[in-house]
Amino acid sequence: MSITYLEAIRLAQQRALAEDPRVFIYGQDIGAFGGAFKATKNLAKEFPGRVLDAPISEDAIVGLAIGAAVEGMRPIVEMQFADFSTCGLNQIVNQAATLYYRTGTPCPLVVRLPSGGTPGGGPFHSQSMESLYAHYPGLVVMTPATVEDVYTMLLEAVALDDPVIFCEHKFLYYHLKAEKLPEEALPFGKARITRPGRDATVVAYSAMVHEALAAAEELSQDGYDIEVVDLRTVKPIDTDTILASVARTGRLLVVSEDWPWGGVAAEVIARVAAEGFGLLDAPPQRLNARETPVPYHPALWGTHRPTASSVANSLRQLLEL
Amino acid sequence: MTKGSSPVQTISSQALGNGRNGTGRVTKEIARRAFRTMLEARILEEKLAALYRSGKIVGGVFLGRGQEALSVALGVHLRRGDIYAPLIRDQAGRLAFGDTILDTLRTYLGSSLGSMRGRDGNIHRGRPSEGYHAMISHLGAMVSTVCGGLVAKRFRGETGAVGATCIGDGGTSTGSFHEGMNMAAVEKLPMVVVVANNQFSYSTPNDRQFACGDLLTRAAGYGITGRRAIGNDLIDCLEVIGEAVAAARAGEGPQLVVADLLRLVGHSEQDDASYIPAALKESPLGRDCLDIAEDQLLENEWVTDTELSSWRAAVKAEVEETVGKVLREPAPDPAEEDWNAFSVVGRNLSGEDEE
Ligand SMILES: Cc1ncc(C[n+]2csc(CCOP(=O)(O)OP(=O)(O)O)c2C)c(N)n1
Repeated sequence: MSITYLEAIRLAQQRALAEDPRVFIYGQDIGAFGGAFKATKNLAKEFPGRVLDAPISEDAIVGLAIGAAVEGMRPIVEMQFADFSTCGLNQIVNQAATLYYRTGTPCPLVVRLPSGGTPGGGPFHSQSMESLYAHYPGLVVMTPATVEDVYTMLLEAVALDDPVIFCEHKFLYYHLKAEKLPEEALPFGKARITRPGRDATVVAYSAMVHEALAAAEELSQDGYDIEVVDLRTVKPIDTDTILASVARTGRLLVVSEDWPWGGVAAEVIARVAAEGFGLLDAPPQRLNARETPVPYHPALWGTHRPTASSVANSLRQLLEL
Repeated sequence: MTKGSSPVQTISSQALGNGRNGTGRVTKEIARRAFRTMLEARILEEKLAALYRSGKIVGGVFLGRGQEALSVALGVHLRRGDIYAPLIRDQAGRLAFGDTILDTLRTYLGSSLGSMRGRDGNIHRGRPSEGYHAMISHLGAMVSTVCGGLVAKRFRGETGAVGATCIGDGGTSTGSFHEGMNMAAVEKLPMVVVVANNQFSYSTPNDRQFACGDLLTRAAGYGITGRRAIGNDLIDCLEVIGEAVAAARAGEGPQLVVADLLRLVGHSEQDDASYIPAALKESPLGRDCLDIAEDQLLENEWVTDTELSSWRAAVKAEVEETVGKVLREPAPDPAEEDWNAFSVVGRNLSGEDEE
């Protein structure tokens, strides 16, 4: 039996509900219907009263989760699409994120964001929002790239006392499969060297890890040995693992499906430039989505986001610098 | 829907007349406590204004002068285990709910010993883990937060608790307020939302704020009970809000209380409120709730003149003494500050504090 990325999300929530009576799930169409993507399929039946349909009120959905978290619950909010979380932005960044610093009361909640582009998704069902949320102090931002990680990291998110923005990638929902789910996980906030190499480092996260791996495979045909680092959690960021990798390879490309301005890729480059300038043999590079809204048509979308071939091109250029 | 056609819009105390002094649920004991707390709020706020003028308070000072009766009426009807999210003009309600003159002054004066430790100030204070929510500035945001606290209690099987919040006429225009009210109604939560309709949102008059004429008609739209109180009449506020809290506690679902009144100060201490017409100030709406309440208590012989002067003297002394104490307390030290917004668990796991 193989388990998809999406099923791993469902199973993590099932386990969280089973193991912790403080957990409940709140979001649109997630009850009997099982959610727009079926990430809560059958959970309302299995855990009566703990998987609740919400009105189309993202602000109040997050507000309710905050109030419940303050009272000691562990709410998981499902946004129907990451893009709609902007309607709950105020509660996330101004109330959830500030609560512990202001009052000393922790705010343990998880906001699940079905993120990133899929063919035909268009401008309002495709966004990557990790950089936006990572900007605000007080939010943990997770961006799992594998079936195993999406399972263990969602459980980790529920266990954390801080608000967690959980960016799960829709493009990976059905594509990725694993034979079984792990019991062990990397420590919280640790990046993973997914593919070791010596000629250049690609730092990526979420769906871009897979584009980076495919590009690395392509370049191996030409004799290059590319290291791929999966950030896993973009905030807090594991600068140590990034710097150690750059120390081995001397070259850095950061790949992100998000837009370039003030994003995670920019942050990684800023950190490496400031803390590891001497490790670099070439100027650090980044490859982001293009600077337009995410286009609808698959032909445009496929060029808007970084892909294995555009990552491979960027790597070739980097290797010649 | 035409005004008054809703089956759930129940009480208009104005329609019932204002002859409620000493009747109904308002006991001598509650009225005395409420009045004494109003006095504390008024005297404390006068001191806050003075401290602001003398440069001892930085940032803003937002006072509830003229709104103490409405505010306190909610605070005195809540009890331990309830959830309370006060807003800008709720010094009286806060004190009734258990906040103190000491912590108010510590927060305004930035003492590191206050509940906010210099990290937030003035009205943005609370102890969320004790059911006393610390408002964020964004108006309307606390409605759904209170919903969440009540949902948590429901999950735990705790019954009998009430959640309450207040808002101004202007705040009712936010999307956040609408979403929260609708959510409370859908979940049938034991919640009381008090709208202090002081006719202006900062400088904006109500005819530029909403077009429904009477905010109470909104209750029908949400499918909840609406009640009207006379905002500067302590006995009326106590009675109407007492009934609203009791109804919510009894499982009758969310209660919207709308009360007309005026704020007798500017929006903040930098605002002279010159936009409020003199005729309105001289109308019954402009009467000071503290004067009305004093008359009501004396009329009912619930308090004597001598008692009143000794209360005043005692509160003044407490405020002065507390100011003296707090002014000697340490300010937060940037070198000692824990510059980390993550909780202890998150921080230990992240290792970011090593930097
Ligand atoms: C969402 C939001 N927008 C703007 C403000 C700035 N602001 C603070 S108080 C205020 C007026 C509020 O009026 P009202 O709700 O009627 O309460 P009142 O001040 O009259 O008590 C405004 C506009 C805010 N705090 N929140």
